[in-house]
Amino acid sequence: MNRIDKLFQTKKERVLSIYFTAGFPKLEDTLLIMQAIESAGADIIEVGVPYSDPIADGPTIQDSNQIALDNGMSLKKLFEQLQDMRQTVSLPVVLMGYLNPIIQYGMEAFCKKCQEIGVDGLILPDLPMQQYLDEFKEIFDRYDLRNTFLISPQTSEKRIREIDTHSNGFIYMVSAHSITGARTGISEEQIAYFQRLEAMNLKNPRLIGFGISESETFTTASKYGNGAIIGSAFIKKIKESQDLKSDIESYIQSVIH
Amino acid sequence: MIKIDEKGFYGKFGGAYIPEMLHPNIEELRENYEQIMATPEFQKEFRGLLKDFVGRPTPLYFASRLSEKYGAKIYLKREDLCHTGAHKVNNTVGQIIMAKKLGKKRIIAETGAGQHGVATATVCALMGMDCTIYMGAVDIQRQRPNVERMKILGAKVVPATSGSQTLKDATNEAMRQWINNPVDTHYIIGSVVGPHPYPEMVARFQSVISEEIKWQLKEKEGTENPDVVIACVGGGSNAAGAFFHYYNVPQVRLVAAEAAGLGVTSGKSAATTVLGTSGILHGSKTLLMQTEDGQVVEPHSISAGLDYPGIGPVHAHLFDIGRAEFVAVEDEDAMKAGIELSRTEGIIPAIETAHAIHALNLIEYSKDDIIVINLSGRGDKDLDTYIKWGGY
Repeated sequence: MNRIDKLFQTKKERVLSIYFTAGFPKLEDTLLIMQAIESAGADIIEVGVPYSDPIADGPTIQDSNQIALDNGMSLKKLFEQLQDMRQTVSLPVVLMGYLNPIIQYGMEAFCKKCQEIGVDGLILPDLPMQQYLDEFKEIFDRYDLRNTFLISPQTSEKRIREIDTHSNGFIYMVSAHSITGARTGISEEQIAYFQRLEAMNLKNPRLIGFGISESETFTTASKYGNGAIIGSAFIKKIKESQDLKSDIESYIQSVIH
Repeated sequence: MIKIDEKGFYGKFGGAYIPEMLHPNIEELRENYEQIMATPEFQKEFRGLLKDFVGRPTPLYFASRLSEKYGAKIYLKREDLCHTGAHKVNNTVGQIIMAKKLGKKRIIAETGAGQHGVATATVCALMGMDCTIYMGAVDIQRQRPNVERMKILGAKVVPATSGSQTLKDATNEAMRQWINNPVDTHYIIGSVVGPHPYPEMVARFQSVISEEIKWQLKEKEGTENPDVVIACVGGGSNAAGAFFHYYNVPQVRLVAAEAAGLGVTSGKSAATTVLGTSGILHGSKTLLMQTEDGQVVEPHSISAGLDYPGIGPVHAHLFDIGRAEFVAVEDEDAMKAGIELSRTEGIIPAIETAHAIHALNLIEYSKDDIIVINLSGRGDKDLDTYIKWGGY
């Protein structure tokens, strides 16, 4: 059974997903970071595939992308690193990345490889829903990969319904109209948006991302969704870290508890 | 037939590959732009400003000495005489009226050489709209006079400090800022790039260029159709404008001059159709200079306006189906062509435009052929580059 489906069958609250950029801070840190996220008690690992032009990301994740590329990270390299990840990592693993590197690799070959190494889902921020339905859905389904779409406060109710229909796995609620890492804290306006979504009774679980950085924002987000995603704040932590394993564990535990 | 389809594709190229956060903005524009453009009210304001503010129609000038030198009838479409010094203002006038009709209060734009930034700052001043321009930190250094022009016009100029710090990165930054301010802000993209409907909308605003060429040539030569139209291509807005009404007139040859930089095999080039492969950048599928892993490659051209790793999707399509001939012009040859035009016709062209002049050496034609070169911009902004190059 797909690990994302299995997770949300048993856990409906305070689901914590952690994003990091593969190849950052050092090229060979990928597996170590994944293992630490798991042992710290998070629920989903989002592995970012670095790209030269990440237009939905703010400075923190842009920098981590550039450093990872300078370190020599590529999709091929990442797949080599993740080849045996299922020997040590049991959490659901989601790859997050922009479309171009994946299209150059070949969507079919990419999805096949994802299934082979045990990837459970994909988040491709610049893949529009129509293109997904026309060209890729059948391939994702064939390799048992869940597809997550983003929604923002500007997304219309009609489109949210469509996205819910065509998503599986979970929906990524961008908490404010912003790029990643641009905001901290949660405003009343955002809470109104979270409540609006909650009242729609969508079929998919909802994780709230953008602006989540510590225990308080995680708890607030979890009140209105099934959990939250932390990206930029985590990248900042590991950028400064001298001891990845212990810093990741203490950070994630401070968020959860 | 060259025509955009209902999903925003020209053949294999185009589309709208954008983060969901931009979907409402793009959708609002896509649903409304054709209808707004078609209203008599819009047309009256647009045409009125093109005439009285921009100074259109621009002349179609018979370049007699250049013609004699090359052995053809060469006409120059004088977009360099537009207010602000280049064709870019045709599009910004159109888009600022569009932004007003959509109820937007704020304008953002990217710029490379600064021509589009100046043209945007100009129309914002004209309409009293708040204006922020994103510009690569490297370009800010090499196009200082244009930066100051934007500031004089009341715009805020924000440096893009990521990546190569040029046009590509300025575009990334403008898109990010649009994501951050989706409701009250309109993004005026300066070329025929970006997600659908931008490439088509910008091409339609620029199509006034070939619209005028047709009637002007009819007056001078008794035919609407030249044998050849030449334009330089970075993203490709001046070329799209010069080609637009000739896309589907097969006897008119379309020639696009790309920037070869230090040479197409030098690793320092911006010749996208030679070096590029199909990929996605800035929201559309197009030809793109990239690594095997799909990372976008930093281009190089001596002209900031051609220093872009992609090309508008319509041009990728024209290349793909063989409708346009693409030639690659090296930095040195473009600079010499700039001097040549200065001395044969008394016109100092923008270095972008000088690439199109040099194309005369790279294509075949006979002495009765009528050739129209789109003289997209003037060289005032490039004096520093001319001076540093020094070969005159």
